[in-house]
Amino acid sequence: MLKIEGLTASVDGKAILKGIDLVVPDGEVHAIMGPNGSGKSTLSYVLAGRDGYEVTGGSAAFDGADLLAMEPEARAAAGLFLAFQYPVELPGVNNANFLRTALNAQRRARGEAELDAVQFLKLSRAEAKRLSMPDDMLKRNVNVGFSGGEKKRNEVLQMAILRPKLAILDETDSGLDIDALKIVADGVNALRGPATSALVITHYQRLLDYIVPDRVHVLAGGRIIRSGGPELALELEASGYASVVAEAA
Amino acid sequence: MSESATLETLNAVTATPYKWGFSTDIEMDMAPKGLTEDTIRLISARKEEPAWLLAWRLEAFAVWQKMEEPDWARVKHPPIDYQDLHYYAAPKKKAGPKSLDEVDPELLRTYEKLGIPLKERAILAGVEGADGEGDRPQVAMDAVFDSVSVATTFKATLAKAGVIFCPISEAVREHPNLVQKYLGSVVPQSDNFFAALNCAVFTDGSFVYIPPGVRCPMELSTYFRINARNTGQFERTLIIADAGSYVSYLEGCTAPQRDENQLHAAVVELIAHDDAQIKYSTVQNWYPGDAEGRGGIYNFVTKRGDCRGARSKISWTQVETGSAITWKYPSCVLRGDDSVGEFYSVAVTTNYQQADTGTKMIHIGRNTRSTIVSKGISAGHSNNTYRGQVKVMPKAHGARNHTQCDSLLIGSTCGAHTVPYIESRNPTAKLEHEATTSKIAEDQLFYCRQRGLSEEDAVGLIVNGFCKDVLKELPMEFAVEAQKLLAVSLEGSVG
Amino acid sequence: MTALPRPRALQPAWSQDAAAAFVARYEGLRGRLPGDAAAREAGAAAFAARGLPGVRDEAWHFTSLRALAETRFAEPLTPVADCAAMLARLPQTDAPRLVFVDGRFRDDLSVVPQSVSVRVGGPAYATLANPDREAMVALNTMLAGDGAAIDVAAGVDGGTLLLVSLGTGTADRPVAFHPRHSVHLADGASLTLLDVVMGEGAYWHNAVLELAIGEGATLVHLRLQDESHAAFHVSTVYADVAARGTYDSFALTLGGKWARMEVHASLSGPKAVAHLNAAQLLGGSQHADFTTVITHAAPHCASRQTVKNVLTGRSRGVFQGKIEVARDAQKTDGYQMNQALLLSPDAEIDSKPELEIFADDVKCSHGATVGELDGEQLFYLRSRGVPQAEARSMLVRAFLAEALDPIAHDAGRAMLEAAVSAWWERQAP
Repeated sequence: MLKIEGLTASVDGKAILKGIDLVVPDGEVHAIMGPNGSGKSTLSYVLAGRDGYEVTGGSAAFDGADLLAMEPEARAAAGLFLAFQYPVELPGVNNANFLRTALNAQRRARGEAELDAVQFLKLSRAEAKRLSMPDDMLKRNVNVGFSGGEKKRNEVLQMAILRPKLAILDETDSGLDIDALKIVADGVNALRGPATSALVITHYQRLLDYIVPDRVHVLAGGRIIRSGGPELALELEASGYASVVAEAA
Repeated sequence: MSESATLETLNAVTATPYKWGFSTDIEMDMAPKGLTEDTIRLISARKEEPAWLLAWRLEAFAVWQKMEEPDWARVKHPPIDYQDLHYYAAPKKKAGPKSLDEVDPELLRTYEKLGIPLKERAILAGVEGADGEGDRPQVAMDAVFDSVSVATTFKATLAKAGVIFCPISEAVREHPNLVQKYLGSVVPQSDNFFAALNCAVFTDGSFVYIPPGVRCPMELSTYFRINARNTGQFERTLIIADAGSYVSYLEGCTAPQRDENQLHAAVVELIAHDDAQIKYSTVQNWYPGDAEGRGGIYNFVTKRGDCRGARSKISWTQVETGSAITWKYPSCVLRGDDSVGEFYSVAVTTNYQQADTGTKMIHIGRNTRSTIVSKGISAGHSNNTYRGQVKVMPKAHGARNHTQCDSLLIGSTCGAHTVPYIESRNPTAKLEHEATTSKIAEDQLFYCRQRGLSEEDAVGLIVNGFCKDVLKELPMEFAVEAQKLLAVSLEGSVG
Repeated sequence: MTALPRPRALQPAWSQDAAAAFVARYEGLRGRLPGDAAAREAGAAAFAARGLPGVRDEAWHFTSLRALAETRFAEPLTPVADCAAMLARLPQTDAPRLVFVDGRFRDDLSVVPQSVSVRVGGPAYATLANPDREAMVALNTMLAGDGAAIDVAAGVDGGTLLLVSLGTGTADRPVAFHPRHSVHLADGASLTLLDVVMGEGAYWHNAVLELAIGEGATLVHLRLQDESHAAFHVSTVYADVAARGTYDSFALTLGGKWARMEVHASLSGPKAVAHLNAAQLLGGSQHADFTTVITHAAPHCASRQTVKNVLTGRSRGVFQGKIEVARDAQKTDGYQMNQALLLSPDAEIDSKPELEIFADDVKCSHGATVGELDGEQLFYLRSRGVPQAEARSMLVRAFLAEALDPIAHDAGRAMLEAAVSAWWERQAP
């Protein structure tokens, strides 16, 4: 699904990622954990293609294609979804309209038939219901006036509707209460299947109680310094990042 | 993708060439260049006007000669030589054609380019019997082709309702009492430099009268076109909604692409009596000049509505994307108690366009209310100014105004300006004004693109979202056109 | 000596006549006035060319100069009021003070500061004023007789300094004076300037202050305009704020029958900050105009403005506040709020908040509200037993608190609050 080799990247001329190697096979969920400032968010932005995040070396292949050469919308159409740490507000842009425009743009890019308004309404309502989200979330403007928790739930709703192959969750758990955390986890778990993968970026272990990862990687100083099974997350929780970082140094 | 590349895309989008630039060759009947009393006498004679109107025009001309061009707006242009313009041009008169085959093909092509449906083209071209009651028409149109209204449609349906909708020159002949009573009663001859000029030389425009208690059975629409080379356009529109009536009027414009600057100084007067409502919607897309700022229409318009009666309501909605210079302040004089004025505006400027537009809400009666929503979008090297006045007179007890002015800047070479005048002389009045300035944030664009939207679609989506509060005020027929126009005007322009 | 240019013909006769009288006064005094003759002559040339601000001058849209222009002002001679009694109204503070009476420095009434260098005895011309653009400044430059040049050295905390102006005149002999002050804070310096103007009788006070604030320096400028109710007041302040510097000002207008405060603040270095807060409390037939232009000339600067008007009687309040953002002043953060309370049926407010923006990555907004006291709030207070007059007083003070509370300087805030209280008591029916 995703194969990253020797990836280095800088922001404003400052090197943040210093050589990332990471393989996420089809159907697996990987967690990336790490202290603040370790480069977690930079990795997610680089993979999604955000301006200002300059790739200085290495490669990233997505289903064999050169991910780094693609425009952001092409990556989305190819099946990459980024759940933002800080979802962006779009004043005056209706959530449902936004999602339908996005979904149809992706379908068009993949040569699939577009959904008409009625088909989309059915789909979006069903997904909202499944995630126990109120219908009116779809009628409101994208993230405008949403609480922190609502914004994250909206990201999960978008993910459910857009059905990506690879979902990257950038600290989606931050600022969530336990109920919202479960909804996020349900959203990711519902997506799990032999042909879909997820990269869960988080600072804390607690989200991983609900989304059990196949692999856990520790990112520090722009490098993956340790990888292991789900038990690694528990170890980090117990002993803190400092000891792992010190050990690797 | 680097930031500068994004900007380039944006600039490419904003600099899209004018898509509706074309001109039509039709034999013209044209007055020589220049403006004297004789020119005015000629116009009046050609239009077979009564003596009172000629006298009224000459009075306006005398006033105009003593006036100076206003200089307070944030617009710059080379001096206009008022003696170097033609003040009268009319397509040569023809007897009513029997079918579309007899209609000047150039005229038909113009309609085709404007996207006017075939059936309506026939009606517009004055084909006899074309306005039968077959398919129920939705929109009645009075096309001002250059200065003379070529045709008027849907007369029969409107006549049944007692609605008068015709060229103002025809109204002068057929309904002289109405015209004499209302003409200049909202915008007098001495109102301002451009209005005085219009009073002196206006050639045609629309006249609407809605009788008491009548809800006009259809949207009334005029397509304005500026066509003859160097011909200033001086339309005069007069709309009267008698007690308890309702009318929605649509005005849309496109213009041929030309090198020379063209002057346009229209006057629109609206009168709403007790309980009457007038909704006036404009989509303005005249030739804005080329990417280097050459050419384009100078658009100096005086639009004013008089809420003369109690509980009357006048609502202006405008989408302004064209013209090299837009100087335009559709206003409401809220004279009647409990009357309501509204102004909803989207103004888009790109390249070297200059827009100085806004409104005036003059609260005179008790419990009068006004709402102003203005959305300015500047790109390229353009300057976009909101200028608006809210004035509460001493007797306007309980007056209310809410103003929201938002500016969006696209690129760092344009300007966005907000100049409100808030004047209150009554303590019971409550006025609120808010203004903001922002740009399309890079993170908004990225968010949309991450969800799979192309950059252009993302810009269109965000801009339409920004303008939503205004666009929703447009009648359905116009809203779609306006949304497309916004997207096209800004194609490639956001970064 | 070269002849001065003739005034523009466009002005009405009353304006031309007044301008001519000022020019004639200058021609009579030429060569006998102290200070930089070249600067003065340039000001005179600018004034003679422009005359008084005209009716078509957009900056004076709401404020007519007619009453001022139709008054013939004399030169101040001996003060005609009890200066000691007026000074007794000043806040009790041991801060040093510079006292000017009818525009002239008074050694006998002043306490010269230690940590701050002060020079008096002539106009303190600096380089920030623009006599070519502002006619009142040109007039001041032409006729200025005295002023204080205040200097705070790099890194020095200059503490608190009172700058006091007393005006005195009589109805049959109104006088005009044009003090010219400057403040220069070198890099990292700080100073709190308590700027108080008061007076008795009829006069015109036309002051110019040029404030140069160095890198990382902070000037707190607390102003109380409590001129005589027969006086005209014009003051024009130019503040230039270098990188990371702060100009933190509050201006309270209570006095004068006709007053105009104009402030031009330029944020000329990155991360400079300006606060231009003000309140105008007017009654009777007072007219007061608070006009500001904040120029964001460098990136990452912030400006904040809260302006309140409380108007009773037949008074008229004017606020014009322009925020200009230059092309390269990216990341500008500008916010302005102006609010007016109209407490009588004959009061009038004219407000013109203006944005002029040439940079795209900026956050600029302004808001304005006009209205009377909230009926529901009044009723709520009264239903809890607060008498009507007291309830109104509470709500008016609450309205003003938003502008006054942020003043960190205790003595300064106390001085302004006391002045507000005294004003409000005078309004009581």
